[in-house]
Amino acid sequence: MSTNDVILTMRDVRIDGFSDDRWHQIIKGVDITLRRGEILGLIGESGAGKSTLGLAAMGFARPGCKFVGGSIEFDGIDLLKLNNAELRTLHGSRIAYVAQSAAASFNPAHRLINQTIEATVSHGIADQTTAKQDAVQLYTDLQLPDPDSIGERYPHQVSGGQLQRVMTAMAMSSRPDLIIFDEPTTALDVTTQVEVLTAMRAIVEKYNTAAIYITHDLAVVAQMADSIKVLRYGETVEDAPTRDMMSEPKQAYTQSLWAVRSIEKPPQPQVDSILEINHVDASYGKSVKVLNDVNIKVPRGQTIAIVGESGSGKSTTARAITGLLPPLTGDIVFNGQPLPAALKNRTKSQLQSIQMIYQMADTAMNPRHTVRDIIGRPLNFYLGLTGQAQDKKVMELLHLIELDESFLDRYPSELSGGQKQRICIARALAAEPELIICDEVTSALDQIVQEGILKLLLRLQEELGITYIFITHDIATVRAIADQVVVMFQGKVVEQGDKQEIFQPPYPAYTELLLSSVPEMNPDWLTQLQEKRAG
Amino acid sequence: MFIFNLVHGVMIHVHPILTTVIQRLGLGLLTLFVVSIIIFSSLEFLPGDFGQAVLGQAALPETVEAFRRELGLDKPPIERYISWVGNVISGDLGTSFSGRNSSGVDRSRDVWELIQPRLANTIFLASMTALIAVPLALALGITAALYRNSIYDRVVNSVTLTTISFPEFFVAYILILVFSTYFKVFPSLANISDATPFLEKIYRSSLPALALTLVIVAHMMRMTRAAIINLLASPYIEMAQLKGTSKAKVILHHALPNAWAPIVNVIAFNLAYLVVGVVVVEVVFVYPGLGQLMVDAVSSRDIPVVQGCALIFAGTYILLNLFADVISIITNPRLLHPR
Repeated sequence: MSTNDVILTMRDVRIDGFSDDRWHQIIKGVDITLRRGEILGLIGESGAGKSTLGLAAMGFARPGCKFVGGSIEFDGIDLLKLNNAELRTLHGSRIAYVAQSAAASFNPAHRLINQTIEATVSHGIADQTTAKQDAVQLYTDLQLPDPDSIGERYPHQVSGGQLQRVMTAMAMSSRPDLIIFDEPTTALDVTTQVEVLTAMRAIVEKYNTAAIYITHDLAVVAQMADSIKVLRYGETVEDAPTRDMMSEPKQAYTQSLWAVRSIEKPPQPQVDSILEINHVDASYGKSVKVLNDVNIKVPRGQTIAIVGESGSGKSTTARAITGLLPPLTGDIVFNGQPLPAALKNRTKSQLQSIQMIYQMADTAMNPRHTVRDIIGRPLNFYLGLTGQAQDKKVMELLHLIELDESFLDRYPSELSGGQKQRICIARALAAEPELIICDEVTSALDQIVQEGILKLLLRLQEELGITYIFITHDIATVRAIADQVVVMFQGKVVEQGDKQEIFQPPYPAYTELLLSSVPEMNPDWLTQLQEKRAG
Repeated sequence: MFIFNLVHGVMIHVHPILTTVIQRLGLGLLTLFVVSIIIFSSLEFLPGDFGQAVLGQAALPETVEAFRRELGLDKPPIERYISWVGNVISGDLGTSFSGRNSSGVDRSRDVWELIQPRLANTIFLASMTALIAVPLALALGITAALYRNSIYDRVVNSVTLTTISFPEFFVAYILILVFSTYFKVFPSLANISDATPFLEKIYRSSLPALALTLVIVAHMMRMTRAAIINLLASPYIEMAQLKGTSKAKVILHHALPNAWAPIVNVIAFNLAYLVVGVVVVEVVFVYPGLGQLMVDAVSSRDIPVVQGCALIFAGTYILLNLFADVISIITNPRLLHPR
């Protein structure tokens, strides 16, 4: 391999970001060398500087960020020496970008085809007609349905997985030498993710495009990348070809990225049900049923996980249990007593015994309340505690969630993502509930933080005997903490049973699809899956 | 979605936009009806009456009573309201009170005859102002967004803010001072009539149009700027930048199409103001518009004219708001092209 093959060289790149009235180092001297047709996986938790580094490979710094050192050489051109107009001639022609949220990254006002070919035409790479024909070919390559006509649609008229593929076509349209994929499948369901990954990998291979693939999911990057760079706090932790990295990660930090998958929970004895959902139907407005004859039994003092892709009715089930969305038919029995369908008809003690923790801890807390107020509120409302007694209890709860008194007077904005979720857990515990519904509580968190939260929840269950209903789309989380599993699909329960049972073949068709779509820590997993599904 | 069953039995699916427009029109008519009640009853509460105002303090109660009977003012309000609304629906705004006198000679005129030339003048001035102010405001707003936080942006912002902050009559007099006293460019009086040639009309209306432009530009310009800048943080704007799109094209092609809804609402609001709220400017320039007619009619208790004007003003607001709603809908692809 000659040195001419090298398309991108980044040397000692340093980037500062402005926040809290001063400049912070975001990227502290990172090197990258990328050859034509090679895919580099960039992995790390949020705040590690992955996206910043990916954009830097385009010579672009977001508003509030600036380059402070190093060099970025793309095919012999020093990007940091170019002015904006010169950079623009490269963007969308020789270097392209695929963003995380396709839904937000497409302009809602323009048809897909026009957005796909916009850069290609405006850079004069092809005329409108040729570019459109080529786009249809790309749509076909990416296995989009109706490749001839899908481009005439607007972004809101296609699904998230399709949009992500159209965005890949958009990046491919100008046949760039380099594509930056910035967490392109993070927002997708596992079943959709497999299709998108397959399509992206095939097209990058077909046109011998170099790529930087950014993600926080090691199993995903293992399928895509030739080599992997692990990033933390803006510095390189470890750098290795994919197979070496997977088989023997050298750094403790890299090993810890597997962390969640290491939690094990022994099988639990049979117990009675604390909650029974019997033949529940529910819908929003007059539209189609979101829940269709749902039956679930929740074992006392254990964890039941409800899994399924988005739109399967997981969160709606939670809303029906809490009374936020009264079911149309069917009943919900708690501790042998039927619960009134609507929230407003429930007694205080019924409300108290079922609590909820949300996915976005950020939006679930009042930003103008301190931790003391947030946890104190249910203590006052349910237990009538005030003043010193309330403060004492808040303190106890903080210790329970492994935080200390220094957090008492902090506002949510002064907490990290994991700490916020801990406060939300404390708030739920404050009511001394028997049942806590956890709605995707770890999805927004990094692997290591996830592990901490899951371990905390398990410990609390052991100590306090709380029952959890754990709603998630992450199978790894389910394997780690669930005793029983409910698989939902299109508003129906496909399967319910002990974890060991559910995760053992034979599976119903949907469970099989769901389980087989979860990326594994094996670089050949996607290839093998493709072969299996094709055969 | 409406489905019309035609005579032939063919089902035609009407686009949901049309459904919405029909719904809004219906709501507009309902609003107009409610407004007519409000207009009528508030005039009932106006102190004094036409008879008293015309005949003077010294008139005998019997004379006033007879006069009121002649005008039909002695009938109960509900009966008068119904006959008024009935006439309006059939296109008759009624007959003006003024021009009558107790001698029995009736020289009173049709309300529509009074209103029509004034309305034409008002619409002329409003259109002329709109043709200057709207493009100007959009251009200033877009360029201010493009060069935001630059000297240009600050100058545009502060100048427009200054002109909107002065009272209208002050702006008007300053314009007269500068453009017809110091530099004799435009006439200070804008007295036009049907007979005035078109170009002459434009020439004479220049100062009032300029005064009104200064008053309304700031509002529209600031909304344009804000609506665009609000969108500049969107991921799809960053995506456009990363596709190598130039700054101007990012704003015009990617931000503006998504910013129309708030902008159009503010434009509609200001256009309505040009029709219904310009009496002060009319007075300063002695411009024969509808506002002045209404003020005169109120002071002489000429109720049919006041009612006619008020109804036209209400209709203007409703129509322009309907127009803004429709534009907001058709610039939103989610509504224009449902799944």
